[in-house]
Amino acid sequence: MSQVAEMHAGAAVEPAESPLTPESWGKLGMWIFLAGDAVGFGTLLAAYGVMRATSNDWPNPYNVLGINLTAFMTFLLICSSVTMVKALEAVGMGERRRAQTFLLLTALGGAIFVSLQGYEWTHLIERGLHIGGNPWGATLFGTSFFMVTGFHGLHVTGGVIYLLSVLGAVSRQADVRRKYNMVEITGLYWHFVDLVWIMVFTFMYLL
Amino acid sequence: MAQTAEHKHPNYMAIFWWLAILTALELMIIFTGLPKLVVGVLLCSAALAKASLVAMYFMHLRFETRTLGLVALTPLTIGTLLVLLLVWDGNPFYHTSNVQPATSAVEKH
Repeated sequence: MSQVAEMHAGAAVEPAESPLTPESWGKLGMWIFLAGDAVGFGTLLAAYGVMRATSNDWPNPYNVLGINLTAFMTFLLICSSVTMVKALEAVGMGERRRAQTFLLLTALGGAIFVSLQGYEWTHLIERGLHIGGNPWGATLFGTSFFMVTGFHGLHVTGGVIYLLSVLGAVSRQADVRRKYNMVEITGLYWHFVDLVWIMVFTFMYLL
Repeated sequence: MAQTAEHKHPNYMAIFWWLAILTALELMIIFTGLPKLVVGVLLCSAALAKASLVAMYFMHLRFETRTLGLVALTPLTIGTLLVLLLVWDGNPFYHTSNVQPATSAVEKH
């Protein structure tokens, strides 16, 4: 039985955890959602890899796209993952103010990431990279770039909205420890977005 | 439903530094001038190491139940199968199709 469940053992008897009675249905639900989402991203990246490997005129991504900005964006997402776990830690200790600060910093990191992605897209479109063609080679280079980074960007945007709504819920709760489960589930989503970017950065910008 | 258990909190800053170091290494690898295949293998290894650190420690998979571990492994298995199938399909070495190119309507007449 979990620590928290043990704390409440006096009030109600908790069933032992098994695959069919998980400790948190919400967490299990989020993991199942993330598994499905991972298949989606995996399919996109696998298709990208095969197109890249079988194309004769695929442009060299780090020459065309530039990696200084995206390296910074990667660093930013890693930092936001740290602030997310720090928020969870603070919630566990019942420190509402600290939890609010870290949740806000996480959302801010995501918002800056999306803004930088918008800046990057604008810059690349001005240089001729379009979804239907580009001056450097294979047409599908632009198609796959906008498809994959756009899909990820939508996830980050959704994550920022999600984080802000959880920040609101945490702010309204006097005993912030009661929101541990909610913040942990939000964190799973946010770390997943970070994890996916790690793969996108390597496969689409560096390889 | 009980409120979920609080996890052991690992040293998150240590994980952060590992992620930062691996990212810096990735950036260095592409400018080393090593053969493409070696660069590819090194970059994929670094990316997988970073993804594992995030999943195991930030997403607390290391401290989770076996059920959640299996749920997390499912897309990895499906993804690996997909890559193998696509590589098989995309590699011209395996293309043994005998389909002739279609003749145009003009050529037919």
